[in-house]
Formats: sequence, structure tokens, C-alpha cells
Amino acid sequence: MAVAASAGHADAHEHTPPFFQRWFNSTNHKDIGTLYLLFAFSAGIVGAFLSFGIRMEMEAPGLQYFSNPQTYNVFVTGHGLIMVFFMVMPALIGGFGNWFVPLMIGAPDMAFPRMNNISFWLTVAGFMSLVCSLFVEGAPGAVGAGTGWTVYPPLSTDGHPGPAVDFAIFALHLSGAGSILGAINFITTILNMRAPGMTLHKMPLFAWSMLVTAFLLLLSLPVLAGAITMLLTDRNFGTTFFSPSGGGDPILYQHLFWFFGHPEVYIMILPAFGIVSHIIATFSKKPVFGYLAMAYAMVAIGVVGFVVWAHHMYTVGLTLQTQSYFVFATMVIAVPTGVKIFSWIATMWGGSIRFTAAMHWAVGFVFLFTVGGVTGVILANAAVDRYLHDTYYVVAHFHYVLSLGAVFIIFAGVYYWFPKMTGRIIPEWAGKLHFWLAFIGANVLFFPMHFLGLAGMPRRYADYPEAFAGWHYVATMGGHIFALGMVVFVIGVVMAFRSKERAADNPWGEGATTLEWTLSSPPPFHQYETLPVIVDEPSHAH
Amino acid sequence: MGMAWAQGRRFGRSFVRGAAVAATLLTGGAALAAEAGKPVPWQMDLQTPVTEVATEIYNFHHLLNVIMLAIVLLVLALLLIVIFRFNERAQPNPSRTTHNTMLEVAWTIVPVLILVAIAIPSFRVLRTQLSDPKADLMVKVIGHAWYWSYEYPQEVGGFKFDANLLEGEDQVKSGQPKLLATDNEMVVPVNKIVKIQVTAADVMHSWALPSFGFKIDAIPGRLNQFWFKADREGTYHGQCSELCGQRHAYMPITVKVVSDAAFQAWTAEAKTKFARVEGAGKFADAR
Repeated sequence: MAVAASAGHADAHEHTPPFFQRWFNSTNHKDIGTLYLLFAFSAGIVGAFLSFGIRMEMEAPGLQYFSNPQTYNVFVTGHGLIMVFFMVMPALIGGFGNWFVPLMIGAPDMAFPRMNNISFWLTVAGFMSLVCSLFVEGAPGAVGAGTGWTVYPPLSTDGHPGPAVDFAIFALHLSGAGSILGAINFITTILNMRAPGMTLHKMPLFAWSMLVTAFLLLLSLPVLAGAITMLLTDRNFGTTFFSPSGGGDPILYQHLFWFFGHPEVYIMILPAFGIVSHIIATFSKKPVFGYLAMAYAMVAIGVVGFVVWAHHMYTVGLTLQTQSYFVFATMVIAVPTGVKIFSWIATMWGGSIRFTAAMHWAVGFVFLFTVGGVTGVILANAAVDRYLHDTYYVVAHFHYVLSLGAVFIIFAGVYYWFPKMTGRIIPEWAGKLHFWLAFIGANVLFFPMHFLGLAGMPRRYADYPEAFAGWHYVATMGGHIFALGMVVFVIGVVMAFRSKERAADNPWGEGATTLEWTLSSPPPFHQYETLPVIVDEPSHAH
Repeated sequence: MGMAWAQGRRFGRSFVRGAAVAATLLTGGAALAAEAGKPVPWQMDLQTPVTEVATEIYNFHHLLNVIMLAIVLLVLALLLIVIFRFNERAQPNPSRTTHNTMLEVAWTIVPVLILVAIAIPSFRVLRTQLSDPKADLMVKVIGHAWYWSYEYPQEVGGFKFDANLLEGEDQVKSGQPKLLATDNEMVVPVNKIVKIQVTAADVMHSWALPSFGFKIDAIPGRLNQFWFKADREGTYHGQCSELCGQRHAYMPITVKVVSDAAFQAWTAEAKTKFARVEGAGKFADAR
């Protein structure tokens, strides 16, 4: 697209509110985006610390660090909940979404700036509640909720009489409310505040991905909220929604949870799909291949993602017909996902690719997401899942699509947009070294988990038979390599802020065509005081 | 028409088998040589199957592996071409191609065909798993925090017992692997259809036996049913596979498959050794 008129650059003495006003009562989408990114990074450190505990314990058979295996369960639960709700979602949706959806669609801010602020602080409050749950009694004689991130009853009801699970439920309530408000904000912003001339079919793919994600949030989170509220009343007020002693059924909870839980995995990966499209197009110096197919593939993934939930429940005793349906529906998702993978490759095909740090992460993502995707197709088959369900194979699969998928693109996004957000430059060598350490580390960490799962190692085990020791040791070594990469990342960021070098408005050249690159780096506190007008460019055929 | 279908089915089966053999050769066939019934160090494949269901899973999984490996290698090859041919140095002037209808149709249709090719054997294996044949023996399995208990019906004596983890010297003496050994085993006859009915007394558990190719959740208030027919004698181990609290990792499953005669002898002894099941004349048969 071409921009006929873009907003004037920052005037040197623009007015920003005083510190408390600016960062605690913030209504500026870029500041809130920054808060979300800082929050996600902080929560990510806590989540990573918990995974470090998990990996250290699993390095060898026997109990090395956890005298009570229940504490290990608490670590597993905390790691899952924090990484999903307080790291990946705040980074991709709250962080990059807030920062770049308004910039990309040519809007001065989000539609509801005040609501944007409460969304963020509800997420923080949720995190506080989750941290509290780690320090109060859960299961008898142990602190914390050791229920797994799925919080299945009766383990989360009868199995955890202490208040830890209540705190965890409140954590999900609060962050869920924040996410629903955020989703409303994104939908309203994207549908109503696009710059003149920017039709939906000219909208950048990241904005498309956020639109689909926001609808998924809006439709799925209330179901989770309902399920955990029922859990709360089962725990505290004598209801028996999930207890057979009063006519309830634990499986009802699983249906409700996964009706939310499966769209949730697309909520985590769709924004990443959007970001990776921009990075690949920018550094290939080519427009995205098959733009419309890319946009509607995301819509298709979102829609079909709502009707596949019971593939998480093949072993609960579903009928043949039910299982057959969910096998079929689940495999259908591979088709739009394949369209995306091949379109990314086609975007690069014929391009003139500049292998920046961000591009390293994006290309690495395409390959690793393919690996995680094909193991997903294997697990979709109920017949094989009978064996692999709840083994390390599943752990390997979802870490390939999340840890090596979503997290890789969070870093790709940081390296891609860091100059725009801060006006400073992370040294390229740091981004590339970080990538190679993460790429090698994550593969050494997670690939052997496929073998463990095939050999029958169940997940969420604090201790295991000696036969599994070899691959667990290798995995832990991979974890150390990945952690080393994080050190390089921090060094890179520190160097960026210490250096006197400043980023150009568009540091990436001709391939970077979206509107944020027309603004200064960092953008003015209030941008687009004159709205940019999008005009049709004949060479940019759809 | 019917003939063609039957032939197609036969072709499908032999293709599955052929692909499985190829995949086994690729992966070194390590598991087939290994002792059945438990994991071995550095294992990279499914456990050795000892039932029809497990064998079907084994073969189908290897077919899937071949297809998925091909897809991953294709994507990897394309990425390597892109990296080496279309970098800045090799290709200073980017093309502006953003559409190729034939290509886009192809990469939509071909995956659909691949998925259909997967779905056909997938549904066949699923049907076998959930076919519910007539049982020669029914055993009720109850998950507790944190051990399993087993109830045998009146026809074989009507008794019940608990199976707890063997630890310390007892485990060493048993000769069974650490964390997989139990004090009592579920004993079943070889080559007989055994149906198990699974439920739980407190929280959820999951009764899993990799070498039998199955896993069924033990859920309070529900009676789940599954079947197996073990085709060789031996001792087979599994582990609880649904997070159930503190000692989740410490409630293994041991099944001993023995000859008919040995099974008779065992039930005779078990009748006197274990507690009687009162009024458990017949188990509900959900057929």
C-alpha cells in the first residue's frame, strides 16, 4: 500500500504526563503496550525459574530437589499457568497488539483507552493472585495448587481443600476479565478506527491476526470463567456440578475447560502468525504471498478451532462416533495451517532475503512450527493418542508449537520492532547468537521428549524409572543452552540502551511497508494527528 | 464396486504394513529387540506391542511417521533452497510475485488428500480399539490415591486386592524395575479376551499399559471399559497417567500374563489369600 499523507513527526517538546500519571493511570496504547511487554518479561522470568526447577529435578531419577513431590506438581502448574496467561498472552496480545495494531491501521490510539488501562492492571492483579496461591495451603500439608494448568476436578476440589486453588481460580478470573475487555477494545478499534482507505482486505496481517484472536478470546473466555466459577462453588458453597456424589460429572468440567482451552492455543499462536508474516515480507523485500488466503486461513483456523476440543479427551471414555468426529475435525485444521506455512515459503521464494536477527527467528519458527504441527497431526488420531495421551510426547508437541513457536516469534517481534519502540538498536550479533543458542537449546531440550513419550514416560511425574534417565539428562542440558541464550538477550538489550546509536525511522528498508515505519523511532506520544490516507497502488495487486 | 473396495482395503493394509517395515528399518528396530513390557534406556520408539490393538497402533504410528517425516523434509528442503538461492547476495532484485492460483490450489488439495489417506487407516484402528468383543474374563480396576485395586468376578473366585508400589529392598528382591514394581499383580490368562472396567474412588487416575496399547481414565462416578488380548506371557508395566496428586508417580501398574493352567492355580490361591468380594456376582456388562 502507499501512504498519501502521513502524520507529522514528533515535535521535539511534546508533552508527556508525569511519571505516576504516565505509567499507572496510562491511557496511551504505546505506554500500555510497553507495560504489558515489561510485565510479560517479568512473569516470564518467574515461569522460567519454575521450569528450571522442573528440569533440574528431571535431570536424574529419584527426588533430588523436591522432598515433597506435591511441590513439584505446584511448580508444573505454576509454570503452565504463568507462561500461558501471564507471559505469552500479555506479550503477544497486550504488548505487540497494543503497540502495533493502532500504528498499523493508522489509528491515533485504541478505541477505549481507559478500558485498556484496566485490562492491564487486571492482568497484574491476576498474576498477584497466582503468586499468592504458591504460598498458601493447597493439598493437605503442602502449599500451592498442584492441579496442572487444566485444574481438573476432583483433584482441584476434594484433592486441594486449602485456599491455593481458590487463589488460582481468582487469578484466571481477573486475567480473563482483563483479556475480555482487551478483546472488546481490539475488535472495536480494528472495525471502526482504520485509516481512510484501509479496507479490511488491505489491513496488515498482524491486525487481521489480532482481530481473529480477539473474537476467539471473546467467545472462549466466558466459558472458562463459567467453568471455574462452578469449580469455585463446588469447592466452597456445596454445589456438585462436577461431583458424582450429587449427580454431577467431572467430565463436564473437561468439556467446558477444553471448549476454552483449545481456542486458547490458537489465541497464543495466531498473533505470532501475523508477526511472522510481516517479518518475512519485510526481509524478503516482497509483499506477502497470497494475502487473502493468509488472512482467511487464520479465520478458518479460528472457526474450526472451536469444534475440536475433545481431542484432549480421547481417553475419558467417548464413544466411537464422537472420537471419529473429533479426529476428522482436528485434522482439518492442518489444511489452513499448511496454507500458511507454504505461503510463508512462497513469500521468501524469489525474494532478496536479508538475514537479520529477526529473520533468523522467523525462518527458524517456520521450520520448528512445522515439526510441532506434524506431531499434532499424529496426536489428532485417537487411535495413536490412546498410547501417547498424557505422555512426554504431548509435552514435546505443545512445547514445539508454543515454546519454539509463540516464544520464538515473541523474540522475533522484539528484534523486529525494538528500534521502532525504543529508537535504539540491539546489536545484530546478539540477536543472532541468541537465536542459535535458543534454536539448538530448545531442540536438544524438547526433541528427546518425543522419545520419552514413545517409550511411555507419563507427564507431570516428579520421579521416574531409570530407563528414562538418558533422554531426561539430554533435555536438561538443552535447557541450560536455552538459558544461556536468554543471558545473551539481556546483554543485547543493555547494550542497546548504553549505545549512543539511534535507529532510523525505517531501519529495514524497502520491504517494510506497514504504517508504523512512516513514523519516527520511537513514535511520537500521540501519532496520526492527521490521519494517513491509504491509496491503491496499481502494482500491489490482490 | 465391492470388489474394488475390498481390494483397496487390502492394498491399504499392505501399504500400512510395508511402510511400517520401512520405518522400523529406518529407526533401527530397537524396540522390537527389546524386552516387552517396560521401557529401556535410550528408547526411541513405542514399546514392543503384545496385543492386536498395540500392534495396530505400532504399525499405524510408523506409517504416520513416514508421512510426517516426508512433510518435514519437504519444508526443510524448500527453506534451504530459499536460504541459499534467494538471499541478498544471490538475488539482489526481488520478484514481485504474490499469486499463483495453481500452486495455491495444489497446496490446499494435496494436504486434504494426505489427510484422507491418514483418516482411513486411523478409523480402522479406532474401530478395533472400541469394538467391544465378548469377554472371557472381566476385571474391575479401581484407582485410589495412590494405589490400584483389582476385583475379580465370582466365576473365578470373587476376590479383591490392592497393588501398591514396591520400594527399597522389596523392590530389589522382586527383580522388577524401580517405580514399576508392585506388591501384587493383576494376573490374566494369555490369548483370552480380558475386559477391564475402570473407575476411581477419590480423584481421577488413568490406567495405562503401553505395551498393550491402551490407556483409560479412571473417573469417580463413571465406569469405563476397555479390552485387550495379550498374545504372549510375561510381566508388563504401566503407570498412572492422569495427575492425581502427591504420589502420582508412585502408583505403577503391573499385569502378569500367564498360561491357562497357571491362571487357574493363581485364582485358587488368590481365593484364599485375598478378601472376598461380597455380592459381586456379575459385573455390569455394558455391551
